[in-house]
Amino acid sequence: MITTLKDTTSAQIQNAITKARQSVGAASGMVFTLLAIPTADDYDDAFDACLAAGREHPSRIIIATDGSTRTERLDAELHIGDEIPGEVIALKFHGELMHHKTSAMLPLLLPDSPVIAWWPGRAPEDASADRIGKLAGRRITDAMGTDDPLATLVARAGTVAPGDTDLTWTRLTPWRALLASALDNHQSPVVSGRVTAANNNAGGLLLAAWLRSRLGVPVDFEADGGPGVTGVTLSTEDGDITLKRPDGKMATFTAPRTPPRSVALRRREVSALLSEELRRLDTDKVFLESMACLPSTVNGNEG
Amino acid sequence: MFGVTGDLARKKLLPAVYDLANRGLLPPGFSFVGYGRRDWDDEAFTDYFLESVKANARTTFRPEVWRQLAEGIRFVSGAFNDDEGFENLKRTIAELDESQGTEGNHAFYLSIPPVGFDQVIEQLDKHGLVDKTKKSPWNRVVIEKPFGHDLASAQELERKVSSVFNTDSVFRIDHYLGKETVQNMLALRFANQLFEPMWNRNYVSHVQITMAEDIGIGGRAGYYDGIGAARDVIQNHLLQLLALVAMEEPASFEAGKLRAEKEKVLAAARAPRSLKHHTARGQYTAGWAGAQKVRGYLEEDGIAPDSQTETYAAFRVDIDNRRWAGVPFYLRAAKRMPRRVTEIALMMRPAPHLPFQMSDTEQLGANALVLRIQPNEGITLRFGAKVPATPMEIRDVTMDFDYGTSFAETSPEAYERLILDVLLGDPPLFPQHREVELSWMILDPILDYWADKQHQPEAYVAGTWGPPSAAAMLERDGFVWRRP
Repeated sequence: MITTLKDTTSAQIQNAITKARQSVGAASGMVFTLLAIPTADDYDDAFDACLAAGREHPSRIIIATDGSTRTERLDAELHIGDEIPGEVIALKFHGELMHHKTSAMLPLLLPDSPVIAWWPGRAPEDASADRIGKLAGRRITDAMGTDDPLATLVARAGTVAPGDTDLTWTRLTPWRALLASALDNHQSPVVSGRVTAANNNAGGLLLAAWLRSRLGVPVDFEADGGPGVTGVTLSTEDGDITLKRPDGKMATFTAPRTPPRSVALRRREVSALLSEELRRLDTDKVFLESMACLPSTVNGNEG
Repeated sequence: MFGVTGDLARKKLLPAVYDLANRGLLPPGFSFVGYGRRDWDDEAFTDYFLESVKANARTTFRPEVWRQLAEGIRFVSGAFNDDEGFENLKRTIAELDESQGTEGNHAFYLSIPPVGFDQVIEQLDKHGLVDKTKKSPWNRVVIEKPFGHDLASAQELERKVSSVFNTDSVFRIDHYLGKETVQNMLALRFANQLFEPMWNRNYVSHVQITMAEDIGIGGRAGYYDGIGAARDVIQNHLLQLLALVAMEEPASFEAGKLRAEKEKVLAAARAPRSLKHHTARGQYTAGWAGAQKVRGYLEEDGIAPDSQTETYAAFRVDIDNRRWAGVPFYLRAAKRMPRRVTEIALMMRPAPHLPFQMSDTEQLGANALVLRIQPNEGITLRFGAKVPATPMEIRDVTMDFDYGTSFAETSPEAYERLILDVLLGDPPLFPQHREVELSWMILDPILDYWADKQHQPEAYVAGTWGPPSAAAMLERDGFVWRRP
């Protein structure tokens, strides 16, 4: 059921939700409110990702976008009960209201449950100091959604606060899982490491920073043709442990005294990343530590 | 009815009268007399009545019902101090007794600001419209909150009213607290086995009672300024809710028995020991609320630029009895909040032991039982559950019960019940003067403390959840306000 409200207020939106709920059935058990703040270019992808995340996590999803500067009003579109268990509220802010989005969002947050803010593309420089960011306990950005992912991630490392994560980090989860289990099986200590990735690939840099922060050894970050992260080499006294993914789909894992193995390591959709990220709402300490290592990793690379 | 041109009469009371007529619940011969300063005749008033019914009635409009109701509608023009007006009123009522057969049974509804109470009651007495000595025919009076502005004035009002009306004939109406709500709460507490065992200090860590309104004071400056949030709703509405949620089981739901329990618990309740640490008051400033630009309280029409009236009031109440000792009750009432909501939240103590890793339960809050009063009256139960597809991540989930969706029958509008109860002489859920006085005893020390301070209430931006001192007040006790 889609309800469209022109020139509306939070109170009217709330009433419309209640009315729609009474005709489609009770929305029990919504677990959090997701605030998505896409730019006009990201809107469609963000909307689809929200729907997918809403399937795994029944929730109230509020998508806020800027409208025209010629008028001053709030328009809303409510999607309730048609595709997902939760609710999607698309808000369009026109005129001066663009600068007061939180005034419309605050009344619509679900009672006493977590709030997550997600910027699919351009995000505020300091997410936790942003007005929308302050409404949320978890803030998700995506450096890969910006024009210069590497620079964005490096800038983010300067402002990152507990509760923040970046989807760049989520993209690395399978890599991190594979590398961690590899090291569990090889007792010999790592002496150095190297990550190769596409030029300007923020994920590769972050992976290198993570390895540095966990292993306490120099890890180089080198650019090649991609796509995405193409390989990791960890040198031990026993020989090299390598994970190579030249085509962005299948990876080959090699380690001393073991035959090479193939692993599927597909690059994942944003919707899958978002759903995964929403499973944990507490602060990701490992991410914060890796981000702390990011600047020195960049410098190490340059130097 | 006095005050027929007021907001409340136009939006709620007059339509409720029609709805009752439409449901066939009004006694035959029911007549309605409006009294006011307007220079109206019966016809002009009937038109005004009709307009308000058409705009605000909940049931469908049926001309034949209206025609019959309209036969008994009259208007008497006059001021509260106008002897001639009251003589006219007396004549009109006598004429209706004859023509409509109302047999001298009259209810006087005072939908007017408290300053007018004295005058109207005196005038009714002076012109012989009420005879306290006779049980039949009956004369009843309905007064609306606030019932005084402190204990002394409440007692003074009570003296005046009871000199003219019998105690049983005085109906004090708290228009926020409908009878259905009270009955729903009684049913939840006393018809179930599930909740009673945890309804005490062993399991409840604290209770939060909230009444938030998203509107400002609108056109009610004259009424609101100098009254403030504490007198406007905490004294009557929130302390009634507190009494209902904290009282012991009454011997029966008979009026006197229910009242006895409420009086007992109100007598055991008191203002906090540290008024400095456990009270908070605020005043809204201009800002954006719910996507609308709104004015600050001091810029509202009819408000003095140095007004110290609070639009946000919060304080702690302690109940000194075996059931609740050590369980703080936090009350807050405010205007220009992010949303309109009234609720009572019983926050549970944490589990004595959590056999999980710290990070697993980081997102787990306190279990809570929330009685939602409005909007969407119902009950929410909040507890922890494991998030699927994680090793052991525990997060809060809610179970919601909605009266609106579980019972399709719409509950009657609160005012319909109130008016009907007045006509039937059925007062169980209306507070009597003793409850009113006990409520003032809790509130008076707080109001005196605020009055002594002689400075502006703390500012909060319209459309936000109140001033920092309110958050600090709970933080001091190790709690946080729920976002309702």
